[in-house]
Amino acid sequence: MELSPADVLKIANLAKLHIEEDDIPDYVTNLSKILEFVEQLNGAPIENIKPMAHPLDVMQRTRADNAVAVTTTKATQANAPEVENGLYLVPQVIE
Amino acid sequence: MHDKTITELSQLLENKETSSQEITQSFLERMRIIDPHLNAFITINEDYALQAALDADKRRKDGNAQKLTGIPIAHKDIFCTRGVKTSCGSHMLDNFISPYDATVTKRCKDAGMVLLGKTNMDEFAMGSSNENSFYGYVHNPWNPELVPGGSSGGSAAAVAASLTPIATGTDTGGSIRQPAAFCGITGLKPTYGRVSRFGMVAFASSLDQGGPLSKTAADAALLMNVIAGFDPQDSTSVDTSVPDYTATLNDSLQGLRIGIPKEFFSDGLDPEIATAIQVAAKELEKLGASLHDISLPNTELSVPAYYIIAPAECSSNLARYDGVRYGYRCEEPKNLDDLYKRSRSEAFGDEVKRRIMIGTYALSAGYYDAYYLKAQKVRRLISQEYQNALQQVDVILGPTTPTTSFALGSKTDDPISMYLNDIYTIAVNLAGLPAISVPAGFAQKLPIGMQLIANHFQEAKLLNIAHQYQQVTDWHKRQPEMNHQG
Amino acid sequence: MEWETVIGLEVHVQLQTQSKIFSNAPIAYGAEANTQANIIDLAMPGVLPVLNAKVIDMAIMLALATNSQIDQQSIFARKNYFYPDLPKGYQISQYENPIVHNGYLDITLDDGQQKRINITRAHLEEDAGKSLHGNFQGKTGIDLNRAGTPLLEVVSEPELRSAAEAVAYLKTLHELVCYLDICDGNMQEGSFRCDANVSIRPRGQEALGTRTETKNVNSFRFVEKAINYEVARQISLLENGEQIIQETRLYDPDNNQTRSMRSKEEANDYRYFPDPDLLPVSISDEQIAEIQKQMPELPAARRQRLQSELGLSDYDANVITASRKLADYFEKVVELSHAETKLVANWVMGDFSAALNKENFNITQCPVSAELFAGLLRRIHDNTISNSIGKKVFSAMWQTHKSADMIIEEQGLKQVTDSAAIEKIIDEILEDNPEQLAQFRAGKDKLFGFFVGKVMQASKGKANPQQVNNLLKQKLFTDSH
Repeated sequence: MELSPADVLKIANLAKLHIEEDDIPDYVTNLSKILEFVEQLNGAPIENIKPMAHPLDVMQRTRADNAVAVTTTKATQANAPEVENGLYLVPQVIE
Repeated sequence: MHDKTITELSQLLENKETSSQEITQSFLERMRIIDPHLNAFITINEDYALQAALDADKRRKDGNAQKLTGIPIAHKDIFCTRGVKTSCGSHMLDNFISPYDATVTKRCKDAGMVLLGKTNMDEFAMGSSNENSFYGYVHNPWNPELVPGGSSGGSAAAVAASLTPIATGTDTGGSIRQPAAFCGITGLKPTYGRVSRFGMVAFASSLDQGGPLSKTAADAALLMNVIAGFDPQDSTSVDTSVPDYTATLNDSLQGLRIGIPKEFFSDGLDPEIATAIQVAAKELEKLGASLHDISLPNTELSVPAYYIIAPAECSSNLARYDGVRYGYRCEEPKNLDDLYKRSRSEAFGDEVKRRIMIGTYALSAGYYDAYYLKAQKVRRLISQEYQNALQQVDVILGPTTPTTSFALGSKTDDPISMYLNDIYTIAVNLAGLPAISVPAGFAQKLPIGMQLIANHFQEAKLLNIAHQYQQVTDWHKRQPEMNHQG
Repeated sequence: MEWETVIGLEVHVQLQTQSKIFSNAPIAYGAEANTQANIIDLAMPGVLPVLNAKVIDMAIMLALATNSQIDQQSIFARKNYFYPDLPKGYQISQYENPIVHNGYLDITLDDGQQKRINITRAHLEEDAGKSLHGNFQGKTGIDLNRAGTPLLEVVSEPELRSAAEAVAYLKTLHELVCYLDICDGNMQEGSFRCDANVSIRPRGQEALGTRTETKNVNSFRFVEKAINYEVARQISLLENGEQIIQETRLYDPDNNQTRSMRSKEEANDYRYFPDPDLLPVSISDEQIAEIQKQMPELPAARRQRLQSELGLSDYDANVITASRKLADYFEKVVELSHAETKLVANWVMGDFSAALNKENFNITQCPVSAELFAGLLRRIHDNTISNSIGKKVFSAMWQTHKSADMIIEEQGLKQVTDSAAIEKIIDEILEDNPEQLAQFRAGKDKLFGFFVGKVMQASKGKANPQQVNNLLKQKLFTDSH
């Protein structure tokens, strides 16, 4: 599978990564190589095999609906790049 | 002091022949001299460590000590440590002070262990050489020109160079076992679900598992007794009883059936490693085990399957690093899209970006079935293959890596050849199995690792075999010669 | 050309739990920004989700109430997209194997006709935070208190044919989730919100037209207006030879129009995949049977029963069953008071509801318990007091929480039913008003009411009105003959 520069830019946009014009050829080459490598999977004997999302066949455990007061607000917000009145600030979002 | 195992150190503490402060001081001094040459640590907090040592000594005096109270430990910088920087080897989290403790770090803390520092690693655990760290390369204590392996390279180098008596690591495709092999130490990757992932920064959630890197199997057993077990905060943690891993270390290997897969001895394998592993297998045979040829025909498919599944999960797991609530934010973002794109591009390294891109692509509309779903099917195929093999034998034995450590910079331009370094370790993660790497000889003065794989929740068996092997060999006792010892 | 409207609704039902769907942070509306978001809600590095058991039970309840299938192996998936109110960069939702699917809801249209609307699916997911566009140096503020609040998204088939049908469907679903007690139904606070997928097609055409999705319309009235606006807009576009763009639109109630949401204009590729941090959810037959046992009577059945068993009118039954708690209260009062249901219904719908409204209380905050209220109606029923004295007792009861008997006793409100005593009053009144008596006798029948009023006044309202009537009639008519 050979990716095009347009493919690379489309993926980068989905992944919210900025790619410099100069770096596009490298991405095209490297990602195409990896995709070529994983194409080995095409020959795999996987008819009638179900996909496996988890290594163990176990079921989801649940927890009781009990609330615990939040005490970490100060410690978590100390990590924030920009906070005002307890709100995380980002450039204006236009809806 | 520094060359002692934690089994020995804990005995000395119990006999009151030394104190945690004395032990801690000794390791901190050694770190000061040697770590500048290895770069095994991202964070060393001496005050924090000395206070913990003081507390541990008091606890021992008060008669409340546990087995590992006062024993120093280093955590891979992927485990959240409350109030201490947790960088995950990334520029993205260079300024991140965790507001909470991971379950693993909390259990160690509760046991009275002394945190010496946080070890270097490939960024977000993506890499097999520790060359993908924002904090620079880690050097292999056996030869500073070589890589220590990755992604838990800092932990492996620190244990091998005796900067810490024991360390934690995480293993997503071999990230405990491969650096353990490259650095000549013991590394255990537990069963998926055995050690809590809560607070362990996620790379690929269905593959990640934390475990010990240690000087001996007995040491690994001691740490497993602290960190293993059910955690209600991790939905994938399994609620089954945890054995005392030290209790079965001395069990006889009589009657043990060992399978040797022919695919693990194929073309890519260094012949010296092949020989060493065969010698090691014979050693186990002498201890009463029987050797059986087995086949795992789809071994080769494990690497491509892994390189779809792991990037797919990582592309989603790393979406939270967006410059909003914590971590790196670019200067003067023009708008929201600019904030996202520049923050992420400026703070993530090349390999991380590459994997995010591949994973995004594999999950995107029109490609999901061709890549992700197919990889998930191959995953089951491989898992079934191992289950079948483990019906015939108790454990599977082979090399941990196809080569010994390689030169820094030698593979950085070729991701595929780097990925193939994990050919023997990756299937274990896909199948969620436990596996251990044990020192089993040297090739050109570089350590060789032997890998043993068992069925789910059979860590005690692996530790038992490794321990028995270490009773009759001394590979694990060899120490790297370091010219800069003070 | 004649156009047909095609509407499908996606309703986000906020589930009424103590804690969030994947974390134990409390759910509190209106708290200080980011104080109800814990490390899991904030997507701190390394955190993991653990599922709240309650939401599964609630989803099963909705499934049973809508005759839906329950997927006994339900899976949580990640829906990946970047938005500042979405801390993880993905929303945990359900994609393949939603917990509830293939059900229906019967709605009643304006003309009284019933229509069955099929429910495609209902899936569990987490809510996002809120973006606040206030005065933060021209920036947007993010409050993640709401992040992780459990939602059940109920998706209908595109079978609704007008804004009025859409509203009827919404009201029916709203009533149902409130009945099941899985949602507080508060639309202003966003506990029940709706996205409307609207398209039009020439009548008779089978293929669906291009649809738009109008987001987050938070009142029944706005839903109706937004859909009507959108239909008119689409017709005008097509009739002018223009195209409809498939897009997300936002309803602006101030100007009564919908507009394109620029932030969502990029084609989305959500890259759904099973969340590796969560395992498949298994639901056993026993669990379903257990929930079945706890199911309350549903509104339609209850309305039916109140009419057939208790003889309520269609109108009264509708008013009383509009809320499960009101209906529960009503039935309890009926049971305890042994009064006629009509009397109870009139009181519950009248003074009782008026008092609640005046104080802006919901029924759980009502100071008059069903027991107290039944005590009052019992006294009206057995003629200890009249209906109008009852109002006096009720307002005293509201203030003091005392029993009717105690209030009647304390204030001496007991009805006078002693005929001799009433006759004595009548005689005095007739004597004091000879002029009116003469006029009455001369044929001015209307003055009968004047005498009744005088007698009741003289008795301070305590005389039994029926008795006053009878005795007065006797006196006036007998004497005249």
